Amino acid sequence: MKQSRFWSWVIFVIGALYFLLPLVATFQFSLSIRRDTLSWDAYTNVFQTPAFQQTFGFSLIVGVAAVVVGVLIVVPAAYFVRLRAPQLRPIIEFVTLLPLIIPPIILVFGYIRMYSSSSWIPLTDSTIGTNILLTLAYVALAMPYMYRAVDTGLRTIDVQTLTEAANILGAHTGTILLRIIFPNIIVAVLSGAFLTLAIVIGEFTIASLLNRPAFGVYMQNVGANRAYEPAALAVISFVITWVAMGMIQLLARFAPRTAARS
Amino acid sequence: MAEEFLRIENLVKAFNGNTVVKGANLTFNKGEFVTLLGPSGCGKTTILRMVAGFERPTSGSIIVDGKDISGLPPNQRKIGMVFQAYALFPNMNVEGNVGFGLKIAGMPAEERSARVEEMLKLIGLSGFGKRFPFEMSGGQQQRVALARALAPKPRMLLLDEPLSALDAKIRVSLRQEIRAIQRELGITTIFVTHDQEEALSMSDRVVVMNAGNIEQVGTPFEIYNQPRTRFVASFVGTLNILSGTVTNPADGKVTVDGQEIVTARGVSDAIAGDVRPIALRPEAILLNDVIEGRNRLSGRIDEVNFLGSIVRIRVRLAESAVSLDTFNSPNNPPPAPGQQVTLSFLPEDVLILDITPA
Repeated sequence: MKQSRFWSWVIFVIGALYFLLPLVATFQFSLSIRRDTLSWDAYTNVFQTPAFQQTFGFSLIVGVAAVVVGVLIVVPAAYFVRLRAPQLRPIIEFVTLLPLIIPPIILVFGYIRMYSSSSWIPLTDSTIGTNILLTLAYVALAMPYMYRAVDTGLRTIDVQTLTEAANILGAHTGTILLRIIFPNIIVAVLSGAFLTLAIVIGEFTIASLLNRPAFGVYMQNVGANRAYEPAALAVISFVITWVAMGMIQLLARFAPRTAARS
Repeated sequence: MAEEFLRIENLVKAFNGNTVVKGANLTFNKGEFVTLLGPSGCGKTTILRMVAGFERPTSGSIIVDGKDISGLPPNQRKIGMVFQAYALFPNMNVEGNVGFGLKIAGMPAEERSARVEEMLKLIGLSGFGKRFPFEMSGGQQQRVALARALAPKPRMLLLDEPLSALDAKIRVSLRQEIRAIQRELGITTIFVTHDQEEALSMSDRVVVMNAGNIEQVGTPFEIYNQPRTRFVASFVGTLNILSGTVTNPADGKVTVDGQEIVTARGVSDAIAGDVRPIALRPEAILLNDVIEGRNRLSGRIDEVNFLGSIVRIRVRLAESAVSLDTFNSPNNPPPAPGQQVTLSFLPEDVLILDITPA
């Protein structure tokens, strides 16, 4: 028993070192902008650059918009599939996985072709239109994560009985979704939302080809022209992701408890 | 005469060609407590779900207060329902749950709060309003579910095996509570269960179902004492089913394993030599208590089962075996297996069943 625990720890330490060493090295490098001393200058440079604030702010807004649109599409869809058409689940799952199979570059060229000035919906003709297109592209890109998160959340509650219980008390489908289903899967929705945000914040291909001032594009530009700042940016983006994951954990504690004590 | 409230006419429900309810016809009176009793898959829950509106009948109609509600969605039927799995909303506390239907109906907050308090008082959970479902026991959750169903003053209450998920002791106390509340409110109630004890102890009338058909409708007393079919006889209570050969149809004389007994109801539709299933309740049989006018059967004790307040004894005749119940008496230990005994029972206690198989 003790022997197996020892080897478990060995494997854990090796795994941890494998992941942490490059991070520690990147962090140390980001602090080495001055010779013979560690300093936060690279971070100060990054934070003080107006482009950082602008691009980060832009990506954050697009990310939030992608989360809102994603939730509005995915939650009702996953709910109806579970409740009324469980036989469609494999098809829906396949469709939601497509963004993982189709590379973003194919996706964005498809969008440009579909929504350029010669199309019925010329979204790329205006800045707002392009921003909408970028948001919708992120919704599609984050679909596998959002759908899975929501579907897992729906699995933890008795969707059918809760729906019937609310229905017979007079509630309509919209009320049931808003007042019963959504609050009970809020943690799952939030984990999908934070994953979406993490994807959007670092995304480069679609934003670059749609020529939008996104954070991913900014990071790529800085990486091409500077030495220490990209390392600082990498650490910053890791911290953002960790904060997002931490938020999921934190919010899970305040989530409605579905397990009955009988 | 009791006022009819709900009528089910020729109700049929089929799922993918499999007919689970085969032309049910039932009437429910105002304020009546009716139980649909039967084994799993007999169609009792499907009938309840059709009344609630969760399933659409394949054919037939459901008439409430003279109006056909078959096409009405559940949220317009004004029916309260309690589910087996409680189905309390986990994101709401007790007040939120009980007040949900009232809020949907647009009741002002103050009035709603008073009604919720009234309901909590009714179910004996005053002061539990701020608790969440996960902070309560199964029995408490089911009482909250009952309060939630009753709060909007529904015209009918449906109970879908509400006690099945609870442990035995709570089940007994809660069924008494449910019945008392139903009587107090005078609300027409349909209760679905597979537990015959629940059905017999709670209901004004019991509907026994089997394989999509209604086998018998009657008061608990009628269902238990005068089962019309072999299925009802065997499903409700414990029953000895023996094979009897008719010897004198006019006098109701039958032999069981070569020993002659008399039936009070006669077997006029049979001829001598016919074999008929005979049913005998274990509690109708006395052990070694030979009184004039009672039927007698001799046999040897096969097995003795001590069940607490009751001792169940199995006696082997020749081919058949008969079980009988006696009360446990601390001063009178049960007889030992192998002992030769005489069983006696009244001719009125012998039921001649249909020859159709169960």
